[in-house]
Amino acid sequence: MIDVRLTAVSKRFAKSSDSAAVDDVTVTIGAGEFFTLLGPSGCGKTTTLRMVAGFYFPTSGHIHFGDDDVTHWTPNKRDTGMVFQNYALFPHMTVAQNVAYGLKVRRVSRADQARRVEEALAQVHLAGYGDRRIDALSGGQQQRVALARALVIRPRTMLLDEPLSNLDAKLREETRAEIRRIQRESGTTSIYVTHDQAEAMAMSDRIAVMESGRVQQVGTPHEVYYQPANAFVARFIGRSNVLSLPVTGAGEQRVQVRLPGGASIEVGAPAGHGLAEGDTALVSARPEHIALGGDDDTASLRGRVSHVEFTGMATHVTVDVDGDEVMAALVDAPAGMALGDVVGLRLVPERLWVVKP
Amino acid sequence: MTAATPTAPGWAAALGRRLAGGANSRWFPYLLVLPLVLVLWGFVVQPMFATFRESVSANGTDNYLQFLSSSGVARESLFTSLFISAASVLLCGVVGVAMAFLLKRFHFRGRRLIEAFILVPAALPPLIGAVSFQLLYSNIGIVPRGLQALLGTDKPVLAFDGIAGVLVVHTFTMYPFFYLAASAALAGMDPSVEEAAYNLGAGRVRVWRTVLLPMLTPALISASLLVFMTSLASYTAPLLFNVSQTMTMQIYINRTNGDLPMASAYASVLGIVSIIFLLAMRWYEGRRNYQSQSKGVSAVRREITNPIGRWLAPLASVLATLVLLAPVGAIALVAFSADRSWTTEVLPPTYTFENFVTIFTDPKAFQPILNSVQMSLIAVVGCVVIGVLIAYAVRRLTFVGRGLLDVAVMIAWALPGTVVAINLISAFSTGNAFSFGQVLVGTFWILPLAYFVRFLPIVFRSSSATLALIDPSLEDAARNLGASWLRAFYTITVRLMLPGVLAGALLAFVHGVGEFVASVLIYTSSTVPISVAINNRMYSFELGTAAAYGMLQVLLIFVVMWFSGRLESSRTATRRAEQWTN
Ligand SMILES: Nc1ncnc2c1ncn2[C@@H]1O[C@H](COP(=O)(O)OP(=O)(O)O)[C@@H](O)[C@H]1O
Ligand SMILES: [Mg+2]
Repeated sequence: MIDVRLTAVSKRFAKSSDSAAVDDVTVTIGAGEFFTLLGPSGCGKTTTLRMVAGFYFPTSGHIHFGDDDVTHWTPNKRDTGMVFQNYALFPHMTVAQNVAYGLKVRRVSRADQARRVEEALAQVHLAGYGDRRIDALSGGQQQRVALARALVIRPRTMLLDEPLSNLDAKLREETRAEIRRIQRESGTTSIYVTHDQAEAMAMSDRIAVMESGRVQQVGTPHEVYYQPANAFVARFIGRSNVLSLPVTGAGEQRVQVRLPGGASIEVGAPAGHGLAEGDTALVSARPEHIALGGDDDTASLRGRVSHVEFTGMATHVTVDVDGDEVMAALVDAPAGMALGDVVGLRLVPERLWVVKP
Repeated sequence: MTAATPTAPGWAAALGRRLAGGANSRWFPYLLVLPLVLVLWGFVVQPMFATFRESVSANGTDNYLQFLSSSGVARESLFTSLFISAASVLLCGVVGVAMAFLLKRFHFRGRRLIEAFILVPAALPPLIGAVSFQLLYSNIGIVPRGLQALLGTDKPVLAFDGIAGVLVVHTFTMYPFFYLAASAALAGMDPSVEEAAYNLGAGRVRVWRTVLLPMLTPALISASLLVFMTSLASYTAPLLFNVSQTMTMQIYINRTNGDLPMASAYASVLGIVSIIFLLAMRWYEGRRNYQSQSKGVSAVRREITNPIGRWLAPLASVLATLVLLAPVGAIALVAFSADRSWTTEVLPPTYTFENFVTIFTDPKAFQPILNSVQMSLIAVVGCVVIGVLIAYAVRRLTFVGRGLLDVAVMIAWALPGTVVAINLISAFSTGNAFSFGQVLVGTFWILPLAYFVRFLPIVFRSSSATLALIDPSLEDAARNLGASWLRAFYTITVRLMLPGVLAGALLAFVHGVGEFVASVLIYTSSTVPISVAINNRMYSFELGTAAAYGMLQVLLIFVVMWFSGRLESSRTATRRAEQWTN
């Protein structure tokens, strides 16, 4: 097990020299960690992963696998196991031949090859499929062959580029649990790319949230969810209301803000937030941390319901508070809630978090 | 179906009804197909049998036994032909695949230049193509003599002669089969499959061996079969480079020596081998290929980063472009040289416009052009009428024997020109039911007929390809709005097919004007076509005039290529219309 370090890695493509596809990315992926690059389409996830795999070379910066500076190594020397978005299985080989390819390259003895291929196929629940042609497999099965092919070489790092995006919703959830199980068993350092925040939250040890080629935040799913670094992260991970509230007092990791109703509440803030009395703070409040509340409650907002949506688990309402739309997910909404009703909303102060713009 | 009593006028009325509205009847396809079958039988298949009868007419199977005897010319010729074909496949494969890789996978200065001219040598008419290579690379050629003068040796340097010369011609004119097939396969290949192999630790050579080549295999096999067939049929290259022991040359030699039965035996053997290759190709085409519909990262051209490569690439590109254009250049140069002036010099010593003046002012010299144009036009009209109908029948109608109809057209394509000529000689040197009892050999009509047989498949193919892009429900819609079958066919289907048919017709016309292989066996003194005139002029050392004729053929080809390129845009419009209707 090794760690993977990206140090100030940037990538500019020749044609679009004006903006960098990947801009000054520095992250350290711990040995054995399941690390996810998460961000909207076009934010540079694939480019980052391909630099780790060696298909692109960084314009500047360095990539280390453990003590090896691999920045300019060719892909075939890096010993990574990549699972491609479209699987990239060799169409002219059987399932077993596909899985055995990397072992052949590594001159593993024939007997060992056969044994390890069998093991790998069993690991992805494809025992007995070795002699099948690739085009005789379903999408989910092809996906698992791709996984087995990458796993079987016991690579130093596994690289997975949106491996589930071609599967249907149900299979996607099953397979993500499966991938995580296999990764835990093998303990391989893994970098996983996805644009699906639910997938990232469910699978990852840590997540790097990217936008426009830059890393916005690195943290555990819990951290990026409850303590988003900025408004982008707050809105991209789940849904969030980002409220602009006047600051009435500031501490080391706490900030007091005044609600529209007049009451002041204390909310969490990152160290070094730099806010002082008189500033305006951006406060992230997730819909599920907003409940119906009495008028007397200090942490409350009042407004008119402008949209109601019943989902079963909760009622999603949008409330117009002095011209700002506030989303709330209510588990205890009365059945008769209708557009135009005036309601009071209660924030849960310990779940609020000050974010950067 | 309640059939009318078949009295004569009743029958005509029934026929009329069927053509007008009864297109859904079970019999309708057969009514349409019957004349087509008769044409193909009469002019393609039946003449093959006539040739076979001819080959055994004089002394039974003796002619064929010569192919088995170890010392005979027959066996030698068969083996030489097969050897030349195999070597051509190898050479064309190496050149074509290398070019495809270089041009499709790498990015370097001068790449577009090569791409623009890459098909030029292959587009030359067969005779003038071979002549141009003779002028360039044989031991009387410009390049070997130029090198001789440069190096001061007493013999031409790097002169290609005999079989080597034939292989040079074949390589230059047939590598596009490989180039086009490999390019298409490369373009259709998912680049991440290659990356996956690198990711698993394979080096460049290994990726080539275990991933790229196997995935290109289907394309390469198709191209190999095509090149093998085309080489087998090649006649002008062995003629000009004096390789007399090939199948095609033996057909010609025996025919001119008056031994038609032996020529027919050669033609039968060559015909059968060609048909076997045709069937192999069709069988193979039905199999799987490795095109992927992946939407992954699109193939990236690799920049050449090596500094030496960066300097070398543009230089090599210019050189390659010169080589590609050299055949046309040589013909153009010689076309302006005075007849019989060029003997041992590197380049022709004296230049003149006289050759062109002669061609256009001397009625006797102009006659071959008139002949070629006239005969090609007649053949093209036939090709269009029959080719479009066959394409329609094969694509749109269901009837027993549809596959056979398709194969029959493609046999016409697979048969070498020499074999087509011998077949027609065998079938039509006496009265024949399909010539209404007339003898055709020795008349004007035999050449247009040969052109028709040879170039019908061209029109058929392009019509069929266009038809495949036209939604059948368009015709149904016209029928639904009240149009008769005939009206729907003409106003909708034929109208939409027009660009494709026109492109095919133009191509057939160009081929007709350049035709030499069949012509030289069956022309009459009053119907000498251009290529035969070129050959005759070469024979009497009037190189300049010969090249001038050739230059006119080449000009015609360029004009048609340009025009077809313009047609292409309206064809894409049809394709777009197709997408809307889906
Ligand atoms: N080969 C390339 N050449 C030029 N631009 C590229 C190339 N690959 C990616 N880009 C650009 O880099 C940016 C990041 O792309 P990518 O890493 O594929 O995003 P993601 O995987 O996050 O969707 C995009 O703007 C994309 O257009
Ligand atoms: Mg991507």
